[in-house]
Amino acid sequence: MWYLCVFYHRLLDYRKPEVESLADLFGAFDDKRSPGLPSHSRALQWRLPQHHHPDSPFHFVDLPSEDIAKNVANRSILVKGIYELWGEGSNYEELEEAIKSYPDDRKLPYLGSESTFKITVDTFGKVMSHQEHNERIRGFSYIPFKGRVNLKNPDINFWLMETDDSATNNGLPPVAQRRIFFGREVGGADRKLIPTYQLKSRNYLGPTAMDAEMAFLMANQAQAAPGKLVYDPFVGTGSILVSAARFGAMTMGADIDIRVVRDGRGPDCNVWSNFKQYGLPMPIGLLRADNNLPPWRPGLKEVFDAIICDPPYGVRAGGRKSGGRKLLKGVVGPYTVPDDKRADHIPSTAPYSLAECVHDLLDLAARMLVMGGRLVFFYPVSREDDSSEDHFPEHPCFEFVASSEQILSSRYSRVLLTMVKTSPYTEELALAARIKHLEFKENHAKWLEEGNNLHSSVFSPAEVVESGDSKESKDSKPKYRGKYV
Amino acid sequence: MRLLTHNMLSSNIKGVTNGFPLRIQVEKVVEKQVEINHDFLRNIFPKIDWKAFSDASRIMGYNELPEEPPEPSVLESDVEFLGKFHHALLELHLEEGALLCPETGRKFPVSKGIPNMLLLEDEV
Repeated sequence: MWYLCVFYHRLLDYRKPEVESLADLFGAFDDKRSPGLPSHSRALQWRLPQHHHPDSPFHFVDLPSEDIAKNVANRSILVKGIYELWGEGSNYEELEEAIKSYPDDRKLPYLGSESTFKITVDTFGKVMSHQEHNERIRGFSYIPFKGRVNLKNPDINFWLMETDDSATNNGLPPVAQRRIFFGREVGGADRKLIPTYQLKSRNYLGPTAMDAEMAFLMANQAQAAPGKLVYDPFVGTGSILVSAARFGAMTMGADIDIRVVRDGRGPDCNVWSNFKQYGLPMPIGLLRADNNLPPWRPGLKEVFDAIICDPPYGVRAGGRKSGGRKLLKGVVGPYTVPDDKRADHIPSTAPYSLAECVHDLLDLAARMLVMGGRLVFFYPVSREDDSSEDHFPEHPCFEFVASSEQILSSRYSRVLLTMVKTSPYTEELALAARIKHLEFKENHAKWLEEGNNLHSSVFSPAEVVESGDSKESKDSKPKYRGKYV
Repeated sequence: MRLLTHNMLSSNIKGVTNGFPLRIQVEKVVEKQVEINHDFLRNIFPKIDWKAFSDASRIMGYNELPEEPPEPSVLESDVEFLGKFHHALLELHLEEGALLCPETGRKFPVSKGIPNMLLLEDEV
């Protein structure tokens, strides 16, 4: 059945992939699970309302049942609401016609005297006065509402939404003509979630702690749920695992920096206290490990339901791996730490290039994810390359599900990649990974240089703009912001 | 460090042929309650190396687990067994101690519940 899906107008690239992932989690594609069908047949059908731009917050989506629609909406972060549409039109006469012709057997169950209701008026692209709100509501006298009005906590919430045609003046996506919608709310995002979990009140933070909203989006892409085990190989302060735990998953994490994961900033300010702060179950395992040389026992595989992480890109926080810098460059030969110093020795680490880090992550995921398990991670992209083709990491065990870009500056973005494991990890793949690992080791210096390109493109001084141009751009109307929201 | 984690780790020092299971050296064991989830237990059971797991549970002071792995059907019906499995897997916590490589005896310290699995330069 077709529903109206209204998104919050932000993180545009992330909106539909979130709904698709959650629809899959809640069983929308359960009849399409036979092995013969390609995974892209597991996709929802979407339509745009008349005259609307693809970036518009308003979309129609076909979902198998109201239960699924409600579950998807309530768990999502970016869905403001999913509504059963009772009518739409370009003016109130058309809307009235549409609502009157909508079948009674769909309307009457929600108009009865036993349930309480309210009508919310919402406008996109303009402001409406309180008086105009009330006028609009009074205009619905042709609908036989029998229930009592309850403004605080109604059983049923009806929404009247107006999208205006003056949007070209305020930087929002253009609407060619006004469109009005009226519908019954089926579900919507929990607006208290992000304020509760926001980083500014987080107990233990680090410089690269994941923003709460984004961490929840990642957990939704990974389909974290009760009974599942989620792993973060770059756990840091645990910001990503917190969101997975909030959605009921068991969590586990590792980091090469023992101070972050074991000590934190004190007994009440560490990874554990972050979970305690929200009353969430603690991670079932935290360890200090190097992703480049993981400590898993041979033969261990297909343990995690999802791997969610934000690998170090080498821009604001560089990754590290085992092996001294000088050792890898060949400046010093291999050495043995004397016995009396071994217990307290802190092994030297070398910079970990993005290419090698991603290779190791894909190898880890290919081996340790269950079949159908998801790998969700951020990948940095330089915006100056002008390459029309995005070259994202690939691996024979994985099928690509989604990529969502978040613009961070004029120079670079990060893209959230979602991949699903569809092929088992074989001996051949393990061998190929070991060969590649040695190759990285031998060409250590070369990979380091490539990594520095991203770092320098972000931090090198910007080119000077001609003063004539900047004056013009100040006078013009606000440009449509597109993906910058 | 819980026994689930212990069951996944091995000593991957260069030259070691079989670094699993790591011998547990106990200094401090703590019991921490974790909410039981039967689905999770049933999903994770096939991934566990049972012998290593039940041996480790005895070293941690818990003697309720059988030495032989139970039939998978036991997990479907026997709630009492699930409770014991859950307790040993997730509620016994090695807070302080070490994990020893079975071949070289090299110690991987466990402090504040976190095992340090980082290899030294000459073990890589």
